Amino acid sequence: MAFLELSHLEKSFGPTRVVKDFDLSIEKGEFVSFLGPSGCGKTTVLRMVAGFETPTAGSIVIDGQDVTALRPNQRNIGMVFQAYALFPNLTVAQNVGFGLRVSGLGRAEIAGRVAEMLKLIGLADLGARYPFQLSGGQQQRVALARALAVRPRVLLLDEPLSALDAKIRVSLREEIRAIQRELGITTIFVTHDQEEALSMSDRVVVMTNGIADQVGTPFEIYNRPTTRFVAQFVGTLNLLDARVVDAAVGNVTVGETPVALNRSLNGAHGPISLALRPEVIALGRHTARAVVLTGRIAEVHFLGSVIRIRVNVGGNLISLDTFNRPDAPPPAVGSAAEISIAESDLLVLTD
Amino acid sequence: MTLRRIWSWIIILLGAAYFLLPLFGMLQFSLKMKRGVYSFEAYRVVLRDPQFQQTFSYSVILALLTIVIGTLIVVPTAYWVRLKLPRLRPVVEFITLLPLVIPPIVIVFGYIRLYNTSSVLPLTGSWIGTNILVLFGYTTLALPYMYRAVDTGLRAIDVATLTEAAQSLGASWTRILATVILPNVLVSVLSGAFLTFAIVIGEYVFAALLNLNTFGPYMVWMGGNRAYEPSALAVIAFGITWACMGLIQLFTRFSKFSSAKR
Repeated sequence: MAFLELSHLEKSFGPTRVVKDFDLSIEKGEFVSFLGPSGCGKTTVLRMVAGFETPTAGSIVIDGQDVTALRPNQRNIGMVFQAYALFPNLTVAQNVGFGLRVSGLGRAEIAGRVAEMLKLIGLADLGARYPFQLSGGQQQRVALARALAVRPRVLLLDEPLSALDAKIRVSLREEIRAIQRELGITTIFVTHDQEEALSMSDRVVVMTNGIADQVGTPFEIYNRPTTRFVAQFVGTLNLLDARVVDAAVGNVTVGETPVALNRSLNGAHGPISLALRPEVIALGRHTARAVVLTGRIAEVHFLGSVIRIRVNVGGNLISLDTFNRPDAPPPAVGSAAEISIAESDLLVLTD
Repeated sequence: MTLRRIWSWIIILLGAAYFLLPLFGMLQFSLKMKRGVYSFEAYRVVLRDPQFQQTFSYSVILALLTIVIGTLIVVPTAYWVRLKLPRLRPVVEFITLLPLVIPPIVIVFGYIRLYNTSSVLPLTGSWIGTNILVLFGYTTLALPYMYRAVDTGLRAIDVATLTEAAQSLGASWTRILATVILPNVLVSVLSGAFLTFAIVIGEYVFAALLNLNTFGPYMVWMGGNRAYEPSALAVIAFGITWACMGLIQLFTRFSKFSSAKR
């Protein structure tokens, strides 16, 4: 049995079902992200684990103990909020020590643990400050230290980086991941930012409309999305309309061009969608890429190290990325172009 | 333009005179107890009067107890309404405003009818019962001021998230109220408390009808029987009220973390 077990979780607010039959097992020390658009139910699942929402049905088991009916203050769970939620009347050190004081620890022990926590987040000298004297990034690190000080069984992070500016967001996410690894604490991280989810997590749960669409490692989620929603939500995706010619061997046509996928399509017939990531497409012909499509350059965006080009292939706009090379200027808009793809990089979307 | 300015100034001066002249007259009169010279004789007499000391300290104690009871009732109520029953807020607000609409005389007659010696709960039959009754009466009178002050204070903090943060750290409801909510609305509680203090110190109707020797009835008795001392008393009462207002300002300004951007 896994360390944190969510089985058949359901949550309805009035007639709306926000979470539908949600199952997930999280191993001890694992970092799992819930990724999805707003309103997909990811925060609701997190709040049910924390105890702030009562599940309509289903159970939550932590380390063999069923906590579904426990109140939030009995669950020993650390939580970090988007809005920091530091106690404005307490100093940084008192904030970090709050949970320890509640649990009735001795003064010396509290002071020791608080100092240790402040060192962990790199704010050892700011213990005497009040929250309003800190920057957003510092406040969120204090909130993290406060949540970790009580040595919780599970750490819950509710979009902790969304209120911060871009630069701090990147550095703090690395810091959170490093601290999480160091302490080996089981963590659930809720975010709508795919880059955060992919870069930090052991596993990602992509959610939509209250269900877990796909659960997998960031590599799996990105490279082998199983549903159209996951494919479109995570990363940029090009869609190509195709028509099945022979499902058994995987022959399809894209516009007029025949394409051999060399794999069975499980009896699919008629029109299907093929999906491909911008980085698997190359401009021009290449020996290792058997599928060649022709079109016209529709847009060119020079982003610095990367050039993003959109090619119109028979009405489908296909995005592709090429690296900038100082000796080769980007192609002109409106010129004819050929793009080549390896057939194994073409994803067939099943739904 | 300049003519309009002159007119504005004239109106301001007239308004100020309307308020300040009676005060000045009262102050001047209170200093004239000794014929021909200005002296603090009236104040000396009043402050020396054992009845003044007794009624005043009684009223102070009642005021302080009212503040404690009011805080214990209002802070958890306002907190709970904000946290769990936001739809009830207009209703609760309306209820807390009722004491401004219903005159104290009506309330106290109601009390006497409900709690007289031949009723189920004969509070007026004993000294302690009467005091309990008057304390709850004063708490009712203080409700509009207390509730508004505390509710405004709660608006300034993120009640829901702070509560959840404290809960996830293991805190119980009483702990959250005492260590998270109350300290953060303390300035508001204090401003409500000073208003309550000023109201209770001068309150007459409740005390007179429940036959309690508080400061209010003493002032009225003085006014009917002496010449100079009532003015001195009024100046003292006025000074206390103003000191309360000043203290509200002071506490708001010097509270340690109130400059926080929340």
